[in-house]
Amino acid sequence: MNIFRTAGSIALTGAALAGVALGSSAAHAATEVVWWHAMGGELGQKVEKIASDFNATQSDYQVVPVYKGNYTETMTAAIAAFRAREHPTIVQVFEVGTGTMMAAKGAIYPVYELMEKSGEPFDPNAYLQAVVGYYTDTDGNMLSMPFNSSTPILYYNKNVFEKAGLDANTPPKTWGDVEEFSRKIIDAGAAPCGFTTGWQSWVQLENFSSLHNVPFASNANGFGGIDTVLEFNGPLQKRHIANMAEWQKSKIFDYGGRRSDSAPKFYSGECAMYMNSSAALAGIRTNAKDFDVGVGMLPYYEDVDGAPQNSIIGGATLWVLSGHGDEEYKGAAKFFTYLSSPEVQSWWHEETGYLPITTAAYDLTREQGYYKENPGADTSVLQMNLNPPTENSKGLRLGNFVQIRDVINEELEEVWSGAKSAEQGLDDAVERGNRLLREFEDQNAS
Amino acid sequence: MTDKRVSFAGVWLPAALLAPQLAITGVFFLWPASQAIYQSVLRQDAFGLSVKFVGLDNFVRLFEDPNYLAVVRVTVVFSAATAILSMGLALLLAVAADRVLRGSTVYKTLVIWPYAVAPVLAGVLWWLMFNPSIGIIAYLLRGLGVSWNHVLDGEQAMILIIVAAAWKQVSYNFVFFLAGLQSIPRSLLEAGAIDGAGPVKRFFTITLPLLSPTTFFLVVVNLVYAFFDTFGIVHATTNGGPGQATTILVYKVFRDGFIGLNLGSSAAQSVILMIVVIALTVIQFRFIERRVHY
Repeated sequence: MNIFRTAGSIALTGAALAGVALGSSAAHAATEVVWWHAMGGELGQKVEKIASDFNATQSDYQVVPVYKGNYTETMTAAIAAFRAREHPTIVQVFEVGTGTMMAAKGAIYPVYELMEKSGEPFDPNAYLQAVVGYYTDTDGNMLSMPFNSSTPILYYNKNVFEKAGLDANTPPKTWGDVEEFSRKIIDAGAAPCGFTTGWQSWVQLENFSSLHNVPFASNANGFGGIDTVLEFNGPLQKRHIANMAEWQKSKIFDYGGRRSDSAPKFYSGECAMYMNSSAALAGIRTNAKDFDVGVGMLPYYEDVDGAPQNSIIGGATLWVLSGHGDEEYKGAAKFFTYLSSPEVQSWWHEETGYLPITTAAYDLTREQGYYKENPGADTSVLQMNLNPPTENSKGLRLGNFVQIRDVINEELEEVWSGAKSAEQGLDDAVERGNRLLREFEDQNAS
Repeated sequence: MTDKRVSFAGVWLPAALLAPQLAITGVFFLWPASQAIYQSVLRQDAFGLSVKFVGLDNFVRLFEDPNYLAVVRVTVVFSAATAILSMGLALLLAVAADRVLRGSTVYKTLVIWPYAVAPVLAGVLWWLMFNPSIGIIAYLLRGLGVSWNHVLDGEQAMILIIVAAAWKQVSYNFVFFLAGLQSIPRSLLEAGAIDGAGPVKRFFTITLPLLSPTTFFLVVVNLVYAFFDTFGIVHATTNGGPGQATTILVYKVFRDGFIGLNLGSSAAQSVILMIVVIALTVIQFRFIERRVHY
């Protein structure tokens, strides 16, 4: 029975496919624009929707989204495909891969050039400053299309706050507050742990540095050239990491693993506060069932001049790869125009917690009353726009950054476990990271 | 001794018979291996846009890197512990199963079962059970007063991947040990018993020596397994952390090559691993050939 049914459905599918093929070639062949992305699960469905909505708006181009695994897998797959000359037109690359992509001059088709040659309207000034800054070259040209950008914020468990006698509507503002609140929470028995963090390098070092307006690396965090050296072993970063190591002992901070592996600590109520991407919101909405969640900006040290400066972004952009036909590029450009329209961006922002990448999308979301209905939903945007970005808060552009992040993960873990002091750990991370930067320089020296 | 050699007339028939195997060896071993050797002397950017010949520089950098040597140490500890644990357990189970008279098929099937589980799947299962926040075993351990947090504690992380890797390999070792045990002539054991040797004495003086070819074969197979096949387990449970506590050689090859896109160094590491496995194979053949006769 089953076999017959399967065979039947295969035959049907075949017929349907043939029909589609015939139908489209009969009208006129729509140019396919292949888009490799890294959005799984619910986000993946939303990506599919964007593509199919775009396809429905016109009949000349067909954007085909293909899920290629997580960020690393997608980027690796695209690079491997490029080496075999079977690469997609558009690929989504996470911010950490930006340095690698920018250095690959022969492999990428800069977005500003693409939009110009395709005659699509394109104004870099329409985009949020912090977003544009991360992805422009030294001449101010945008090389890739911002798509999903996020910035880390603080989530907290309102019920635990109340239980500990804290005001459920006041998130901690400074690291002093975080320490004090955590102590109260632990002492009151409201939760066994104060806070935990996702993406420790991104949140506790990269964003920490930009928020306090101190450099993470030389050469304006790598924007000025590839002969960069890391500088995140400065006194302020050392002070912060030493504090966190100290807090780890009394569970004011509790390490929960790399990437977002620490999320269960927050979902289960074990840790009262959680620092991670603003795009973690969708997951938190689904998983934090027994308690109310509040959001706040990342904490800072009060005594540091100029803090809080502004946070930097993470997430990914869309890169166009070279070696395709003009028609495909035209389709990609049209798709980018659609993608960055206020309606699409505002919808994407509300659904996922990613930032609205244009000022128009932000305004539209506000006018629709979304932020009034969902207090705190604009925290990420406000935090990114606290101040005009400085050299230290524009973003990061480092080669081999994926590996450098791993090095930082490893060294921080040594610090949390007490095997190394904060000073030693950060010095070692800088030294090992610099070696990777020199290798990158060596590989890309023209 | 009669000559058992079969001779073919002509060249074509034997060549045709060998061709499929040679083709597979060529496509899946010789070609990738030669690529690895070729890449290991090059340095290039991720996209392959600029490639330059650097000789043995990739190897020199590896051996100058204290982290690479640390990874070698981790691998040795991990492989030895995994082999000892999985073989010890398997031997224990095999001796027990050898004595079972009723329902032995059920026991055997149950013990062999884990071998069918894919390494990544096994890794995820262990990750879930030992997850410090939500894992059932971590919870039970806390009840026993052990604070389990392998994301922070390198030794615990090492124990976790050793247990996970050994668990999977117990089945394989069990099959070989059981077969080895069953091929030991009962008369030898009975003769020992008549001479007054107790069960423990009989095990160590008769059974174990007679099992030595099996044991030796398994040592090599287990080391190769721990060196290469455990990638999925490490990837799914610890990602090589905390620190570099569970980064084994083959995981580093993956991480540098596929995540870091440092193909030259990754290829150089593969070549080193290839040399290790060739050495292990040579040892196995030479040693087994000498020891197999009594």
